[in-house]
Amino acid sequence: MTRFLCATALAALAATAAAADTKVGMITTLSGGGAGLGIDVRDGFMLAIERSGRDDVEVVIRDDQRKPDVAVQLADEMIQSERVDVLTGIIFSNLAMAVIPSATAQGKFYLSPNAGPSAMAGRGCHENYFNVAWQNDNLHEAAGAYANEAGYANSFILAPNYPAGQDALTGYKRFFEGGIADEVYTQLGQTDYAAEIAQIRASGADSVFFFLPGGMGISFLKQYADSGVDIPVVGPAFSFDQGILQAVGEAALGVVNTSQWNKDLDVPGNAEFVEAFEAAYGRLPSLYASQGYDTANLLLSALDAADVSDADAFREALRAADFQSVRGDFAFGPNHHPVQTIYAREVVQEGDVFTNRLIGPALEDHSDAYAAECGM
Amino acid sequence: MRLPEGWVTAAALALLPAVALWAWAADEPFTITLATRAAILALAAVGLNVALGIGGLVSLGHAVFFGIGGYAMGILAFHAQTYAPLEIGPLTIAGTRSMPLIWLVATAASALVAWLIGLLSLRTSGIYFIMITLAFGQMAFYFAISWTAYGGEDGLSIYVRNGFPGLNTLVPIQFFALCCAVLLLAVALQWRLRASGFGLALDAARQAPARVEAAGLSPRRLKLAAFVLSGALTGLAGALFADLNRFVSPSMFSWQLSGELIVLIVLGGTGRLAGPVIGAALFVALEHWLGGLTEFWLVWLGAILLGIVLFARGGVVGLLTGRAGPHV
Amino acid sequence: MTPILLIEQVLNGLQFGVMLFLMAAGLTLIFGVMGLINLAHGSLYMIGAFAAAAVAGATGSFALGLAAALAAAAAAGALVEVAVIRRLYRAAHLDQVLATFALILIFSEGTRWAFGSFPLFLDIPAALSGPVTLPGGIEYPRYRLALIGAGLAVAVGLWWLTTRTRLGLRIRAGAEDREMVAALGVDIRTLYTVVFALGAALAGLAGALVGAIQSVQVGMGEPVLILAFVVIVIGGIGSIRGAFVGALLVGLTDTLGGLLLPDLLALFMENGAATQAGSALASMSVYLLMAAVLIWRPAGLFGRPA
Repeated sequence: MTRFLCATALAALAATAAAADTKVGMITTLSGGGAGLGIDVRDGFMLAIERSGRDDVEVVIRDDQRKPDVAVQLADEMIQSERVDVLTGIIFSNLAMAVIPSATAQGKFYLSPNAGPSAMAGRGCHENYFNVAWQNDNLHEAAGAYANEAGYANSFILAPNYPAGQDALTGYKRFFEGGIADEVYTQLGQTDYAAEIAQIRASGADSVFFFLPGGMGISFLKQYADSGVDIPVVGPAFSFDQGILQAVGEAALGVVNTSQWNKDLDVPGNAEFVEAFEAAYGRLPSLYASQGYDTANLLLSALDAADVSDADAFREALRAADFQSVRGDFAFGPNHHPVQTIYAREVVQEGDVFTNRLIGPALEDHSDAYAAECGM
Repeated sequence: MRLPEGWVTAAALALLPAVALWAWAADEPFTITLATRAAILALAAVGLNVALGIGGLVSLGHAVFFGIGGYAMGILAFHAQTYAPLEIGPLTIAGTRSMPLIWLVATAASALVAWLIGLLSLRTSGIYFIMITLAFGQMAFYFAISWTAYGGEDGLSIYVRNGFPGLNTLVPIQFFALCCAVLLLAVALQWRLRASGFGLALDAARQAPARVEAAGLSPRRLKLAAFVLSGALTGLAGALFADLNRFVSPSMFSWQLSGELIVLIVLGGTGRLAGPVIGAALFVALEHWLGGLTEFWLVWLGAILLGIVLFARGGVVGLLTGRAGPHV
Repeated sequence: MTPILLIEQVLNGLQFGVMLFLMAAGLTLIFGVMGLINLAHGSLYMIGAFAAAAVAGATGSFALGLAAALAAAAAAGALVEVAVIRRLYRAAHLDQVLATFALILIFSEGTRWAFGSFPLFLDIPAALSGPVTLPGGIEYPRYRLALIGAGLAVAVGLWWLTTRTRLGLRIRAGAEDREMVAALGVDIRTLYTVVFALGAALAGLAGALVGAIQSVQVGMGEPVLILAFVVIVIGGIGSIRGAFVGALLVGLTDTLGGLLLPDLLALFMENGAATQAGSALASMSVYLLMAAVLIWRPAGLFGRPA
């Protein structure tokens, strides 16, 4: 409840700042399945704005309902009616693909706090598009690198049958040096994994890699833990973020997952972020909250250096990435996607809260596979 | 209230252009975009209304045609955008950016699929018909998600809106005028249809199939013809919708969209000429207004729908004219 | 493919099938007796899962959670029947579809308002966790075996209820001829409320049982709802026996399709493409089955022709 009060108060605050110089449009998922992610990004973002103490940034927040056509319509509204300078907030790749190319073509800046589809990191890159989270393949590549380190030689890999799922398996295979026992595509939104678990049991693999975001991952992990199969599992952070870990419970304990951030990461500003987030919203921040927070801080750092109406200077200021990221070192590659260290972390229990503990770097100063194709 | 239905229809048809013209004068381009969205959804609902309102065929799978129209636009424009011709067996088709051509393909493809689905589905009736059309919708949805050649779940982005001879479709008011003209033509077609021999026979096939049969006509063939026409119109709307968003994705095939199309019709008034137009305008206005008020706006939309079904069976047109519509 | 894997998958298909049956039985009963299409049946499934997760979380007892799921879903069902559904029995299918579609919106967003946007946690009871070794050396989760057992028990219970009890007699009679039954002094309004609450309780039970191995979240009911519709259409609407056969067919088709189709296609095409095409075809297989059954028998396997 406090969460909503805070959010409403912030929104009201933003709305009354009539003399705002910079207007930011946030299109994110606040209702239906996947709403947890958008709420975290929004809360992280607004926390950074609030902590900066600035009153010259106005944020207009709208809910895309995870529907691409709604997101496109909201983008039109933000650009045509609200006349925003900068857009941000989209969670899901398919919505990002629908909105970003036309927004950047109309001269708007877009800062991505979550999605990083490969098409927009390579040939489709754009000078006004900055990704503050990761290119979609990154965490999967790190999982592959970790699997080598852990000495796995034969992986069973699975993901939903849609582009992000196919990218995930490609990303893992790009770095994993062992063999692939089997490669399985599940249905998007599938909730029962008994069949796949039986295949895993029969496959003779020594490790399992899976990318099943949101509710799919919860179902898989609960069923996997109960099946008695004890082959170790690795995956990207998406199935182990703070928002859903409580719903997975003990089934996730000990699972290694890859992330560019964790709450116990010992870099300047991170502890303060975690503390402030808990104080403001009464829950631990997730990966998504950290990305929202970083996105806002990147924006604020650029606003300190340049005026948004001077697009070239503002773009340079963004490219410099002169802000204190809660994930430590952060820089943009030539395609405006992050160059950053990705860590392996492990699910642990602290009191009655399930959370992650850092193990160590899986890939250091990692860029992405598509930067070379970007003709920017 | 007891207004003549003709007045209500005329007022409803004048509503969208009036809003768009006002927005144009006041320099509110986004309101024009909203009016365009309403016009396109209305066109899709006019299509469904031919099957549902006149033919009595409750299709919970009309998103199939909406999606086919959308993908017809997406695929043709994608091939024009990448300069890679589309190869189907021995056939090589260069993509196109011309709306009339895209519309032709969209309506033809939707009509063909509607004929196939209709042929199979019309063997059933009542709730079985509702469910089999839903099943075909789900099939198309899952197919589109897995079809990686055209983006799968991510969908396809088209960077520039397709062109129409003599217009600059990127100017909101011009694109609106185009969509609105298509909508008015479709409404006129629906009006002529109802008064025609075919319309009367179809109406009779819904109410008393045995008599139609006795008169030497086949109710199933009448219904099939209505279903094909209905699918083609909804497909055309899909192509326009894709052009409005410059984007297509499998969500155009989702069963929720099929449900929303039914909602539009019932909101306005089932089987009424102006029903789909009023329903679509109201839906878009509610979506925009309630969505801005509260994160939980769908609860209120649900409550309004429930209120209409329980207490105002004729929809808005029924309220205004004081008469419930034909019973489906 | 080993025979053990195949047997395990058949068990998985059965388990999925009996859970679908719990959903489908309520739907088909409600349609058979009252002639109502209830799209909001998936919401009752969700309510069951949320009630179970909330109560089990607060008390630590899975059994109490199950009881809460039954009670909450039955209560929600009875409430909805009295407030809304009762007005729809004589309405057209179209009105029923629309009103229950509206109920989905209200229930889903209402639940999100009450419980927040993050999934809830519901665990398997300790006594049923972990695998057991079946004859032939198959390791299989104990909880899933229990689900198969529970589903079959409900099926037998429903058969007994409808064929051997006074209530069942009234239900069957009410489906045949409403006026006649009312004339014989049966309170038809109460009977309908009871049937609706019974169907709702079955959906709530399914939600709670399945919630323990899946994610308890808003919107979890809709995919199951659509499959349950497929089940009752295949089985013939109104027929509980049909729902049972249909549920098992759908459960097995879905599970075995995902396993066999990629391998089958790999005989004709290159491996990676076969995996993808196979998964695509598998996700459509259930609907293909339904279309095929309807084209062959337009009123379903056990339905009476209209």
